[in-house]
Amino acid sequence: MAKILGAVTVNKERCKGCDLCVVACPKDVLQLQPKEVNNRGYHFAFMKNPKACIGCAACATVCPDGCIEVYRVKVND
Amino acid sequence: MNINDIIKPENLVYAKPRLLNDNHMHYCPGCSHGVVHKLIAEVIEEMGLEDKAIGIAPVGCAVFAYNYIDIDWIEAAHGRAPAVATGAKRLNPENLVFSYQGDGDLSAIGTCETIHAANRGENIAMIFINNGIYGMTGGQMAPTTLEGMKTSTTPYGRRADLNGYPLAISPLLAQLDGTCYVTRQAVHTPVAVRKAKAAIRQAFENSMNGLGTSLVEIVSTCNSGWKMTPAQSNKWMEENMFKKYPLGDIKNTVK
Repeated sequence: MAKILGAVTVNKERCKGCDLCVVACPKDVLQLQPKEVNNRGYHFAFMKNPKACIGCAACATVCPDGCIEVYRVKVND
Repeated sequence: MNINDIIKPENLVYAKPRLLNDNHMHYCPGCSHGVVHKLIAEVIEEMGLEDKAIGIAPVGCAVFAYNYIDIDWIEAAHGRAPAVATGAKRLNPENLVFSYQGDGDLSAIGTCETIHAANRGENIAMIFINNGIYGMTGGQMAPTTLEGMKTSTTPYGRRADLNGYPLAISPLLAQLDGTCYVTRQAVHTPVAVRKAKAAIRQAFENSMNGLGTSLVEIVSTCNSGWKMTPAQSNKWMEENMFKKYPLGDIKNTVK
């Protein structure tokens, strides 16, 4: 069966750590950095669980700062 | 499959629109303005109107909108964006002219301009960000503030006997013959964002086709002014704002 694999990249300097992408993600892929911050002092988002990503772009759609890029690929088992 | 095999240009499905430039937005984390800026940039890019679009920036949080979207902008005096848009559209009827205003701008100081521009049926699109508060100046009460809602000037909640009732602008404008499309949307979930994008696209098409005034009200959050986290304020908006400001098309004479 064909499987959809996704991945996102977060522009960490643009990210303001608002947490909206984390809430919007249906697969619980994203998380805010618990300790690390960017140059502006925000806890930016990162992929905590990259294997679960399906590339649905829900995170990027709700991101107010447009800092998420979404990639999706279809693979056959 | 390795994650680096997925992150390749040919697999890209979503990225920041080209018209939204790399300037760091001054909005608070989680502010709805950013999403709406992104949608406007996407719609203008899809319609291929980047050389023809003229935005009218308001006074309020979105006062620096011209720094973020790479189209032509005019900065209007407080509340006067529909009047400036009228002039821009009448002189350049082949251009897309839209105003981008908050509730303090469009429904408080600019109510007169808003209602008269809509009543004249100017071929402009108005994007109305309604978060029920004056965000930029420190969370004071706006005409759209809900009854009982705490703001810095109504610390015990808005009282109807003292402060009047919340003002719903969209149904007001829908009564006017000059408006062709009045809708209320939100941008708190991916589904709502897609619906809001379709609404903005239709408003811009109405403007280009000269069908009359279009108003797209976006019920938004102001997490700093409401003193909540962005996720909490989205929830609060769903529970409270949507009762007074239900989503959906209020008037559509086009379809």
